[in-house]
Amino acid sequence: MKKSWIIIIVIAVLSLFFYSSIKGTYNKMVAMDEAVVSQWAQVENVYQRRADLIPNLVSTVKGYAAHESETLTGVIEARAKATSTTIDPTNLTAANMQAFQQAQGGLSSALSKLMVVVERYPDLKANQNFLELQSQLEGTENRITVERQKFNTSAQGYNTYIKMFPKNLYADMFDFEEKSYFKAQENANEAPKVEF
Amino acid sequence: MKFHLVIKNKTMRNKIKHILLILLSVISINAIAQNFPEKSNPPRIVNDYTNFLSAQENSTLENKMVQFNNQSSTQIAIVIVKSLDGYDPASYAFGLGEKWGIGQKGKNNGILILVKPKYQNSKGEVYIATGYGLEGAVPDAITKRIVNNEILPYFKQGMYYKGLDEATNRIIELTRGEYTADEYQQATGKKGSAIPGGIIFLIIIAISFIGRAKRARHYSVGHNVPFWIALGMLSSNRSHGGSYGNFSSGGGSFGGGGGFGGFGGGSFGGGGAGGSW
Repeated sequence: MKKSWIIIIVIAVLSLFFYSSIKGTYNKMVAMDEAVVSQWAQVENVYQRRADLIPNLVSTVKGYAAHESETLTGVIEARAKATSTTIDPTNLTAANMQAFQQAQGGLSSALSKLMVVVERYPDLKANQNFLELQSQLEGTENRITVERQKFNTSAQGYNTYIKMFPKNLYADMFDFEEKSYFKAQENANEAPKVEF
Repeated sequence: MKFHLVIKNKTMRNKIKHILLILLSVISINAIAQNFPEKSNPPRIVNDYTNFLSAQENSTLENKMVQFNNQSSTQIAIVIVKSLDGYDPASYAFGLGEKWGIGQKGKNNGILILVKPKYQNSKGEVYIATGYGLEGAVPDAITKRIVNNEILPYFKQGMYYKGLDEATNRIIELTRGEYTADEYQQATGKKGSAIPGGIIFLIIIAISFIGRAKRARHYSVGHNVPFWIALGMLSSNRSHGGSYGNFSSGGGSFGGGGGFGGFGGGSFGGGGAGGSW
């Protein structure tokens, strides 16, 4: 009689202990997961901002450099590809991330080609409208860098949290998966070639 | 004595390589993060680490910025550093602004004017970084114009104070009215009251407690209810109990027009523009 009571109490205490430890860890994981997702929204925002700038930029450049149509078409196509590649923020796997980065990277390189071409048109470079668009584009690229860094920091915090023992057991149990990071572009440190 | 370890097992060697790589990357991340200067203590909104400005120019700018901060809660910080430690000016400005938390938390109304003076072997750099909350009032194209029209022409002539003075005037014009200091803080600042909010709160509590205790004693005598229960009953009946909350947020750092209270935890998202000379 007495023995069974002790066992029941021990089980009750243990399960209470496990319950509270799982509850705390689980809730923390949910909160960190949400933080990563909302930071992802911020990343998509700034990429969208860049996409929104492009039609205006293209039409301004067209006015001065109509026969650079190949470069301009390249930018428009890359923009279309970039805006159609979106990923579900709750499913930030390495493959998804790579597709997203590739599409946005294509737009980045098309834009940098355009900026090189533009150097040949002094009239365009003196145009006030173009100068403002250029500084907005620079600002948007800066925003992209900042938001990507913030995303990586928040994903790193989450990944570290779910991978540590014993939280990794709970993470497995409740299907919290590792988030992928933004990686530097493979040819990011290659400056675009200037041909004269 | 042998000082080097021979590791025969290949997987073991790979594992050690892996661990070393991780350690290295952790060390390098820390090294980067430590490059930014620490916030000055006591807090200052104008931080010149180079003698770019004279002491008098520095304190004139400091007073102007602190005053604008007290009026509008918008923080326009000026930081002048010897070197950007290999960063481009934009990344340095965002990193530093984020680390110091320039601007108020939630409003994100901070602006950082970062200057690296011109030295014999390097160009001078200036960058104006705008916090999230001011990207609408001070768009990138405008910061670019401020840099090109207000700052660089003076800096090129060596008139550093004049350039910063003009630039901050323009930014103040643009951001005035965008945010206002909390009414509470403004009111206390104007009165110059020396009684902290916390004390007022305590006095009011004490007065109401005495009043209630009197009523409770009265109530308990008449109704044959113990004094403490009567007190509890009366307090749970209070319908306007929440109104004291307005005072409880006091005890902060309003110095009645004195020094700078410190940065508020604002955040930066990459807005702004810069230039070099």
